[in-house]
Amino acid sequence: MTFDKLPEIAQAAIKQALDGGAGDAECTISEGDEFSASVRMGEVETLKEAGSRGAGLRVLIGRRMGSSYTSDLTPEGIRHMVRSAIDLASVTTEDPHADLPDADELGSIEGDLQLFSEDVAGLPAELKIDSAKRAEAAALAFDPRITNSEGGSFDSNIGGRVFANSRGFIGAYRSTYCSVSAVPVAIQNGAMERDYWFTMARNFAGLEDPESVGRIAAARAIRRLGAVKVETQRVPVIFEPRVARTLLGNLFEAVEGRSIYRQASFLAGKLGEKIADERITLIDDGTIPHLFGSQPFDDEGVPTRRTPVIEKGVLKSYLLNTYTARKLGMKTTGNASRGITGNAGIGHGNFFLEAGDKSPEEIIRGVRNGFYVTELIGSGVNIVTGDYSRGAVGLWVRDGELAFPVSEVTIASTMQEMLNTVAEIGSDLEFRGSVSAPTIMIGEMTVAGR
Amino acid sequence: MSFNDSFFAAKFGIARRDLENYLQDALSRGGDYADLYFEYLATSSIGIDESIVKSATQGVSVGVGVRVIAGERTGYAYSDDLSPEKIKHAAQVAALIASGPAKVEKTSLHEGVKRNLYPVLTAPSETAFRERVELAQRADRAARAYDPRIFQVQVTYADNLREVLVATSDGVLNFDRQPLARMSVFTLARDGNGVPQQGHSGGGGRYELSWFQNERTPEYFAKEAARQALVQLDAVEAPAGEQIVVLGPGWPGVLLHEAVGHGLEADFNRKGVSAFSGRIGQQVASPLCTVVDDGTIGGRRGSLNVDDEGNETQRNVLIENGVLRGYLQDNLSSRILGAKPTGSGRRESYEHIPMPRMTNTFMMAGESDPADIIRSVPRGLYCANFAGGQVDITSGNFVFSASESYLIEDGKLTRPVRNATLIGNGPEAMKYVSMVGNDLKLDEGIGICGKEGQSVPVGVGIPTVRIDRMTVGGTA
Repeated sequence: MTFDKLPEIAQAAIKQALDGGAGDAECTISEGDEFSASVRMGEVETLKEAGSRGAGLRVLIGRRMGSSYTSDLTPEGIRHMVRSAIDLASVTTEDPHADLPDADELGSIEGDLQLFSEDVAGLPAELKIDSAKRAEAAALAFDPRITNSEGGSFDSNIGGRVFANSRGFIGAYRSTYCSVSAVPVAIQNGAMERDYWFTMARNFAGLEDPESVGRIAAARAIRRLGAVKVETQRVPVIFEPRVARTLLGNLFEAVEGRSIYRQASFLAGKLGEKIADERITLIDDGTIPHLFGSQPFDDEGVPTRRTPVIEKGVLKSYLLNTYTARKLGMKTTGNASRGITGNAGIGHGNFFLEAGDKSPEEIIRGVRNGFYVTELIGSGVNIVTGDYSRGAVGLWVRDGELAFPVSEVTIASTMQEMLNTVAEIGSDLEFRGSVSAPTIMIGEMTVAGR
Repeated sequence: MSFNDSFFAAKFGIARRDLENYLQDALSRGGDYADLYFEYLATSSIGIDESIVKSATQGVSVGVGVRVIAGERTGYAYSDDLSPEKIKHAAQVAALIASGPAKVEKTSLHEGVKRNLYPVLTAPSETAFRERVELAQRADRAARAYDPRIFQVQVTYADNLREVLVATSDGVLNFDRQPLARMSVFTLARDGNGVPQQGHSGGGGRYELSWFQNERTPEYFAKEAARQALVQLDAVEAPAGEQIVVLGPGWPGVLLHEAVGHGLEADFNRKGVSAFSGRIGQQVASPLCTVVDDGTIGGRRGSLNVDDEGNETQRNVLIENGVLRGYLQDNLSSRILGAKPTGSGRRESYEHIPMPRMTNTFMMAGESDPADIIRSVPRGLYCANFAGGQVDITSGNFVFSASESYLIEDGKLTRPVRNATLIGNGPEAMKYVSMVGNDLKLDEGIGICGKEGQSVPVGVGIPTVRIDRMTVGGTA
């Protein structure tokens, strides 16, 4: 069965659902072929290659919803899926806001988003393995203290997505990605540190050189060696881009429609208010060619778009799917997101913070005593209250210079205070994944250590 | 039950000879070992929000994963189609990891010893959907009735029934039927126009649905979730810096999972990238600490009759009286290290390569009275519940996030404090354990462990424990 056949299967499932008594139905089919190669200490460690597909169906009978999924796309498997969803619609409750998007909200954006590249499908396995080997080798050669490694890897995926509903939408697109990463281990005086770096692109040609990936990963691991725990104090905290992204991840949870209508977000009810320093402009944009957060329509068949979420510190928009939009008396922002199972949730497109004008070096130069964070661990962010407390690793800043490595400390504050005390935003915005941020400096946070 | 009556033989017509042939295909290029993992997974879930049953989902996935090991190399392929051509193709793709003539004689498969840690006649997934919806609705009603300050309640109920069949070129043939169910309740409470606070509770295991009627009712989880949200309404800022920390019994055992469990998984240790590498026989915790990982406790969420490589699970002592005793092995690591498998090879699904993983990880009870432990602390933090944790196994640094904790002042629990992350270093943190309670408790059955992108259900447990020094990441 080829990808071209999948839209027919989706439409057949919808027709069966309508014939079976559903008032409305929508069907998602996705397929994926994955390849991954990992090497360690120069030798191939694992090779994995396979493909799979699955279909999901949501039906509405009146205002009751039922959903089902299957990995069996044969006519028998689809029939079973349809029956299952219809049966379940009888055990759910009437929900006045349950509905599909209106017909005039459906559609797909014009133009080619360039999400698919033939070169990923045709790559010989040797070339892929070689990329992983080169990344790891460059990391191992970088410094004599890099004596071990968790390896180098190459991953690629060729995916396809079909979506159809009973209000006339049918759409399909394919996408590819590939990535190369390295995870070296540095050792000094019996203590070990590891770090990683990666490159990721829609096409093989778009990947950065594997050697540079290996060298950056190695330099990151080396600079962590000899880390100490500092005394508990309040200081300016600088988030490098890779960790600044996680702050955006927290903000996404705080502006997505479900946490808003449930009042489970510290930003619920704050639309139109100034909630952050005026240097903060936060955008969600699912329409930028090549990028990892782009797609022509969302997972309810609504075109993706550019939505300013925070503009100059003012909360301008939540991110919504059809359901949460109706709950809030608003319009969907084209942010419906779902896998194969369940109902549509909410996802982001390319979610990014607009760059400022200072280089990260200039930002560091302006700090007399502070903490430059390069990794965060744990899940200590409470979106309901905004309380923020996470484990951190990084470098201490002394008189404008990165002075020594620090670990086994936490950083804490509240999201509200952090947003309002943003002191600097770097010029170093890069789209390395679907969430992207430049360097961010927060005026003051509690660093807990000794 | 014999193989011929087993799920895959009966439903998909898979014969012992087919398995032997696929294994032979997998080893046709000279691999040393191969295995097949057949999985049929039926799942259901129910979501209640604002007292409306907003979602009800069920579905089925089926597939087979084929793995070939050649030296330290692994080849892996899978298929979501169980036709002989597709399985053969997957076996041939996985076989490519090796290059050479076949060297393993044809396998003859023998069924392993049978036991049943979860003798469930009717799995929750096989009951009427409406019964399960009613359980979830009871939780919703009970949480709302608990206190007028509870203004949002979400209940999710989810179950699955996994049928697995494992055949290996070592001759192992095992199959298992693995039921699992879980209920979770989330609440939000608010005082007037104050800041909302959240509470969460839940539990489950490999039981029949009647467990939720008789052992842990929806009302039990609902009240606990409501209570936790209300407690937080009065919370003060958490302290910042090194403190005496007392962990309450049960779920705070997540400390063991992060601080020592992951670091003892054999894959990290054979590569020498764990902070615990090469430390067997060394003192890594106070002599009061004995930590085990036990996959054989009846009905528990983390328990399995056989692991996902067909080996029987067992009780593994990780730390005995503070001394590091052993690692958690899967087939690959045990082959390379010349060690015995420990029944710790697990995977998320047929699409995934097995790895050494934990099952139910807990600390054995000590002798102290829990009340004496709290009384012994002049000033510190008592942590009753956590929201999860994470570890960097190479440096050994781990965190876990307290979701319900209290200040200890002059030997008494006083005010509740806001969420805070606790941080420590694996091989060091447990050296500061100075008292261990006699009140070992396992968690309620909600744990999910993530490693290299694969999630598996696990359990944890701990008695009340005093740790003399740990960094608390508050703001006060």
